[in-house]
Amino acid sequence: MDDFNARLSENLAWMAWTWQTGLFFACIASLLIVFTLLALWRPERARVGILRIPTTRGDRLFITLLGSAFINLAWLGLVGPNLGWALALSLVYALAVFRLV
Amino acid sequence: MDKPVNNRAWWLVAPVFAIVAFSAIIPIMTVVNYSVQDTFGNNQFFWNGLGWFQELLDPSTELGGRFFDALWRNLLFSGIILAIQVPLGILVALSMPRDGWRVAATLVLMALPLLIPWNVVGTIWQVFARADIGLLGYGLNALGIPYNYTGDTLSAWITIVVMDVWHWTSLVALLCYAGLKSIPDAYYQAARIDGASRWAVFTTIQLPKMKRVLLIAVLLRFMDSFMIYTEPFVLTGGGPGNATTFLSIDLVKLALGQFDLGKAAAMSLVYNLIVLALCWVFYTVMTHSGSERPEQGSAA
Repeated sequence: MDDFNARLSENLAWMAWTWQTGLFFACIASLLIVFTLLALWRPERARVGILRIPTTRGDRLFITLLGSAFINLAWLGLVGPNLGWALALSLVYALAVFRLV
Repeated sequence: MDKPVNNRAWWLVAPVFAIVAFSAIIPIMTVVNYSVQDTFGNNQFFWNGLGWFQELLDPSTELGGRFFDALWRNLLFSGIILAIQVPLGILVALSMPRDGWRVAATLVLMALPLLIPWNVVGTIWQVFARADIGLLGYGLNALGIPYNYTGDTLSAWITIVVMDVWHWTSLVALLCYAGLKSIPDAYYQAARIDGASRWAVFTTIQLPKMKRVLLIAVLLRFMDSFMIYTEPFVLTGGGPGNATTFLSIDLVKLALGQFDLGKAAAMSLVYNLIVLALCWVFYTVMTHSGSERPEQGSAA
């Protein structure tokens, strides 16, 4: 076990992983897991919203994540490096997407 | 009405998922990881937070300047080649023979440029357009037209656009030809009875029937030209200066030429997001273009 841990930490160091990147991907992975479980519990059914295309819950998650990435990039480029409000804006956007799209 | 779906078949996807994890997911995670760090080689990394992204999105910095330059350059290139290849492809498809032995001959001829490896296409045009020994370059200069793709921006752009048109118009033409072939003869007979003009037949029968394949052609050609690397790399290497440095060429210069892994990672992530968004738009338009009628009941 010690051997395993030593090798794990060596490899983590070699690939220069940071906990921030880990947290980022943990968030995305847990979102995917939650939505998978949700889809098993309550099967997805497509509905037509303001985009006039049928979207399922997973489609809306994709639109949310992609849009949030652009919201954060735009905030970074136009406003500044403090992304707290951009994240809040992304949450509002996510709510809007899940209600309306 | 609702049939229960058996989801157990998803387990069959597990091996593919494992392969994709190693070939795509872990590499992209590494790119995200590099994009927030800086390195001076020797495998030493330093935390840089969102610094690279901030620099990348600010056109006044060196990194942001070259990124936006390459982005606009690339969009201009994609726009030009779409504006040429789509109408030209339709025109070629309309004038291709409908039956007889000439169909096979034309199809083979049209497919030839598509079968040539991309770096060979670049080499062919690199030699063909050279001002000292190339037929095209030497001929143009002999006619008194100043042409030198290694020194003149306009010449370089014209050469790359012509090369891309030569290489890929047949793809658009073949797709359109397939669309045209699927139109039953009855449509043309009806048009003839109505006394429709050639133009009316094109706009009311052929174009609507080609809409789907045209969307696919536009999607394929846009993505390919937006990610173009090999041909301009072989032909001009991004020059003269940076005149033909498209996004992927710039990215390789940054990542492998200068070994600025952090900057390159940030640039490739933003590049990737743009591609992802455009793909989603194209895909959505493509899959829903046939069903424009509002679906009864499902909207409520």
